[in-house]
Amino acid sequence: MKYESQRVAMPYFIFALILFAGQILFGLILGLQYVVGDFLFPEIPFNVARMVHTNLLIVWLLFGFMGATYYLVPEEAQTELHSPLLAKILFWVFAAAGTLTILGYLFVDYATLADVTMNKLLPTMGREFLEQPTITKIGIAVVVVAFLYNIGMTALKGRKTVVNIVLMTGLVGLAVLWLFSFYNPGNLTQDKYFWWFVVHLWVEGVWELIMGAILAYVLIKLTGVDREVIEKWLYVIIAMALITGIIGTGHHFFWIGPPDYWLWLGSVFSALEPLPFFMMVLFAFNMINRRRRNHPNKAAMLWAMGTSVMAFLGAGVWGFLHTLAPVNYYTHGSQITAAHGHMAFYGAYVMIVLTIISYAMPIMRGRPYGNSNTAQILEMWGFWLMTIAMVFITLFLTGAGILQIWLQRIPESGEALSFMATQDNISLFYWMRLVAGCFFMAGLLVYFGSFFIKGQASPAEEVRGPAIDNP
Amino acid sequence: MAQIQAAQHKHLPGDLAVWFFIFAELAVFGILFIGFGVARSLDPTTFHDGRAALHPWTGLINTIGLISASYLVACAVHRLRNEKTGTTALLWGAVAASSIYTFGKLWEYGVLYADGYNLGTDTFFMFYFFLTFFHFMHVVLGQIILVVLAVKVKKGDYHTDNMNGMESGASYWHMVDLVWLVLFPMLYVLA
Repeated sequence: MKYESQRVAMPYFIFALILFAGQILFGLILGLQYVVGDFLFPEIPFNVARMVHTNLLIVWLLFGFMGATYYLVPEEAQTELHSPLLAKILFWVFAAAGTLTILGYLFVDYATLADVTMNKLLPTMGREFLEQPTITKIGIAVVVVAFLYNIGMTALKGRKTVVNIVLMTGLVGLAVLWLFSFYNPGNLTQDKYFWWFVVHLWVEGVWELIMGAILAYVLIKLTGVDREVIEKWLYVIIAMALITGIIGTGHHFFWIGPPDYWLWLGSVFSALEPLPFFMMVLFAFNMINRRRRNHPNKAAMLWAMGTSVMAFLGAGVWGFLHTLAPVNYYTHGSQITAAHGHMAFYGAYVMIVLTIISYAMPIMRGRPYGNSNTAQILEMWGFWLMTIAMVFITLFLTGAGILQIWLQRIPESGEALSFMATQDNISLFYWMRLVAGCFFMAGLLVYFGSFFIKGQASPAEEVRGPAIDNP
Repeated sequence: MAQIQAAQHKHLPGDLAVWFFIFAELAVFGILFIGFGVARSLDPTTFHDGRAALHPWTGLINTIGLISASYLVACAVHRLRNEKTGTTALLWGAVAASSIYTFGKLWEYGVLYADGYNLGTDTFFMFYFFLTFFHFMHVVLGQIILVVLAVKVKKGDYHTDNMNGMESGASYWHMVDLVWLVLFPMLYVLA
């Protein structure tokens, strides 16, 4: 660690991982509720558990992105963070607001929560993924603006690198698009537009910039490859991500009321959304092949390779599977969507946060070259258990989705099975998904276990002349 | 010696990353062209009627503007590589020639819009407005790139031993031109 203030990333990473565990726990509860409908009812109804599961994901990824930013921006800019104190205060504000919101979901019924938090003054609640009370939404906006100020001042006073510029662009985009969550028009079609301007343009737009920047940073550090090469790739990847992702929003507009041309634009542009992810795979493997050192932090390298591949599969391939309008006519809102959502979020965003954690945490804990061999082996076991479990979750949900479409969507109206009758017919897939989910939790516990093993790795071995950056 | 020359001929102009970008862009346009072909085969009457409302002379003048710009860019690259003067002027000339296209296109948009045509009129005009506007944005980006190249050449940033930026920008520009050479006959003549 070159700058002492990078250490403020540590609480962000730790809290992110705690929330991650909560998210997986609620995932298991949901998986069980799919097959045992009244499990934990009425204490934790399905809709509440789902809200907690998805909101925890979003919040912990934001903690992860913030931690990653606090860690890498000062090092890239070659200067201390503008205000470590502000970063610490924001951590506690965000952690308290996040925790209170989740507790609110769990212990107060949603209508009461809306009343208590005075949703009537500026109604924003009730939309999927954006269920947070308005006061929490304002809190998130304030925290993000203060965070951007802190990071922006740091980046401006130091060295301007492409990694920092791309990361800052992504984060500013994240903040600006969040403002759409405050607009809640009465017209349902308009409401969906603005909702997707947050949800889609985050995950298939600006978050890809954040992911690309973090991946580029970690690859520079791990491989020692000349940053000019990495920066060129980064530019091309983000250009493709934005070209395809922005108009690709149209794949959400197929059936919500807008004009027909979205069937074409949404299909064509989102069909190309796998391209930037495919380029990320080429990018990661190409850089690793050209490495100038064998970095002793093998676990971080595995996460970096893994995130590119899994993001391509989950976001790219599974996204393409149901993005063309004639296909989506049958598949929208089915378990195919759930399959895609699981693997895409895990592959692209969970894994990129775990990549930077895997690289940065050992350094912040005084192990500049990574954890001990034993800890890394355990971490890699965690990697494989979680990743393979997620592959199976995705495959089982895809199976469930195909059968669901076959029984419920394809037959003529009189012959199609009802929603609940279909669910009964696909319950075997849900059971198998639950088993895979348990393996995921096991993987997460193994991963956590790796943090408690002492010792550190030895210095890097140079393989092709002197490396450009220090590890 | 012959081998060395052959190797030089095989040199990829510009940066590999730009070529990835070019292929990705061509893939986007290619899929849109295929979509256009499929949609036309399903409803030839709408496409025929739509084409009749366009202004082929503007299209032709725009084509000449873009081809001239490409010629000037190619000349600029050769002159720079051969250490001759006049590169900057050629690049500015290319910006001027391509402006014929930008103004021509804006004029046609204005006329069509005044006649009541827009993105939602029918499938033909959806493709017409979207494809040409998407391409228009590429031309504008290309013009910005040409201006940057002209400024950098003037400052002496590019020279015969450092052609990467110049060749990358020129390659991008030719891609933009190439796409129009498909768009023009497809929309104005064949539809």
